[in-house]
Amino acid sequence: MSWSDHLTIAPIVIPLLAGILAILLGERRRALVTAIGLASVLALVVLSIGLVRIAGGDEAGVVRVYRLGNWPALFAIVLVLDRLSALMVLLTSLLGLAALVFSLARWHRAGAHFHPLFQFQLMGINGAFLTGDLFNLFVFFEVMLAASYGLALHGSGTARIRAGLHYIVVNLTASLLFLIGVSMIYGVSGTLNMADLAVRVPAVAAEDRALVETGAAILGIAFLVKAAMWPMGFWLPATYSAASPPAAAILSILSKVGIYAILRLWLMLFGDGAGASAGFGGTWLFAGGLLTIAFGSIAVLATQTMARLAGAVVLVSSGTLLAAIGAGQVAVTGGALFYMASAVPAIAAFFLLIELVERGREAGADVLAVTREAFGTGEDEDAEEEVGVAIPATAAILGISFIGCALVIAGLPPLSGFLAKLAILMPLVSGAGGIAVGTWSLLAALVLSGLATVIAMTRVGIDAFWAAPAASIPRVRIVEIGPVLLLLAGCAALTVRPAPVMAYMDATARALHSPQAYVRTIFPDARLPTPGAAR
Amino acid sequence: MEAIVSIAIGILTGSGVWLLLRPRTFQVIIGLSLLSYAVNLFIFSTGGLRIGAPPILQRGEAGTLAQYADPLPQALVLTAIVISFATTALFLVLLLAARGLTGTDHVDGREPER
Repeated sequence: MSWSDHLTIAPIVIPLLAGILAILLGERRRALVTAIGLASVLALVVLSIGLVRIAGGDEAGVVRVYRLGNWPALFAIVLVLDRLSALMVLLTSLLGLAALVFSLARWHRAGAHFHPLFQFQLMGINGAFLTGDLFNLFVFFEVMLAASYGLALHGSGTARIRAGLHYIVVNLTASLLFLIGVSMIYGVSGTLNMADLAVRVPAVAAEDRALVETGAAILGIAFLVKAAMWPMGFWLPATYSAASPPAAAILSILSKVGIYAILRLWLMLFGDGAGASAGFGGTWLFAGGLLTIAFGSIAVLATQTMARLAGAVVLVSSGTLLAAIGAGQVAVTGGALFYMASAVPAIAAFFLLIELVERGREAGADVLAVTREAFGTGEDEDAEEEVGVAIPATAAILGISFIGCALVIAGLPPLSGFLAKLAILMPLVSGAGGIAVGTWSLLAALVLSGLATVIAMTRVGIDAFWAAPAASIPRVRIVEIGPVLLLLAGCAALTVRPAPVMAYMDATARALHSPQAYVRTIFPDARLPTPGAAR
Repeated sequence: MEAIVSIAIGILTGSGVWLLLRPRTFQVIIGLSLLSYAVNLFIFSTGGLRIGAPPILQRGEAGTLAQYADPLPQALVLTAIVISFATTALFLVLLLAARGLTGTDHVDGREPER
């Protein structure tokens, strides 16, 4: 095994070590802990770019298997690096970098243990993306959720405690459903390895098929609660809008972990090669996605505050992804991945931006005041706050960033959100033969949800930038606006050079829809039926 | 034995779900605990319920589940117990924080209007 093989596990090990160090060093040595945290996220960004380059190395796509303890895949847990997991790890690292840098201005002092929690959060998310084992996925889900409970409550305050209570109960219940689903699948198939499941599910005896499908459905509900599909997503806007901005930014990829799990497992277990179970649940995903878009759009129109608007926007993006995945076409899945890569940074940037915009106003100020009261760090912080210079251009930069976020999230030209929606819709409408009713409804849902988002964002934007009294120009420091601009620059880069990214996404979608290469890397002599052969 | 275990799981799940839907945080936490017991028993039973079967193979035996009890569900249960224990402890802390900050033990943080 050469050293580069160990890179697969590095996205889990680096934040783990950084988190442990941060705990050991304690709250007092803040500068050192901060430096460690920054070093960790920077290393993760560099590493994940390298991983994407490795995974997208050749046309067929590279799948790397990392056997923990070097046991054969059937006996122990494997980590698997392929295009999708590399892409998701890259997204996570970028968000991690942006959120951590943003938090350095003030938020990391708003409560205890921010840095360890943040690192463990990254570790859990990366682990969930990289693991090739169903139960290990559960463990990483729990690591991720446990850290997110802490982060969602970071800064304390009544609103956060209230929202956090619901968040934790809902997610604990979903975790129990996850366990039930996993054990049902294990009871029938006798394996927890995802690749092995892909081999065994088509061969399950007819009388056990209902059990496997029930298990998968229960498992799916656990993921869909995480992805906030209607009617299981009522917890999301409240929690995300109450969370502190850096936490909310990193939480915005948390709901995409559910989407990732659906995408990975559904296509692996119930793809075209799955025999009698092929396509199981696809209609539910599609319909659920459409309902989520509808609910999210109504929520977008109905919200009064920016933070809740951002929460509702997360719902719309989840719904769009679910509906696009549920359509079950290779090209549409590619478009959905592009949409994910453009929407996630934009929504995270929006969460960060909200706090900056609202800083000059009463609403945002009293949340901070509450946290200061609770933790008693008022005096020294006020002194430092004056460092931020109220440059006249601040309002302009904030406004331009806001417009950027709005364009990407609503999917208007010229930014990447528009290209993403186009990439989802083009394959749907250009298919040979007539356009099905489902396709029309997805088309309508995407366009109308974009319209709703534009209306809501325009209203909020006018409120914040034009109608507000100009007396208080928000004081913004460069480490706060920098991450927002970085994330938006990512979206702009997607707009300028969409071709290589889209090619990567298409190759990823092809690999997802025909997981033979994935399975064969892990089990070289496995025989997976080719798509369509079973029917 | 299957009947007894499944009835036990059913009763635990039923009581757990009932308590989970109650408005007081303490009822919710007990409900979650009961549910996690039910799930642990359920995982345990997916390996097949057997009495007196050794958890490991004898030397020289061929490896089929006919000879030994499946050890994997037991390992899964162990992991699940640890995790649910930790999350319950975390939830307990939050429950106390909510009680202290809001002055009520209602899950919404305020008493419903009558």
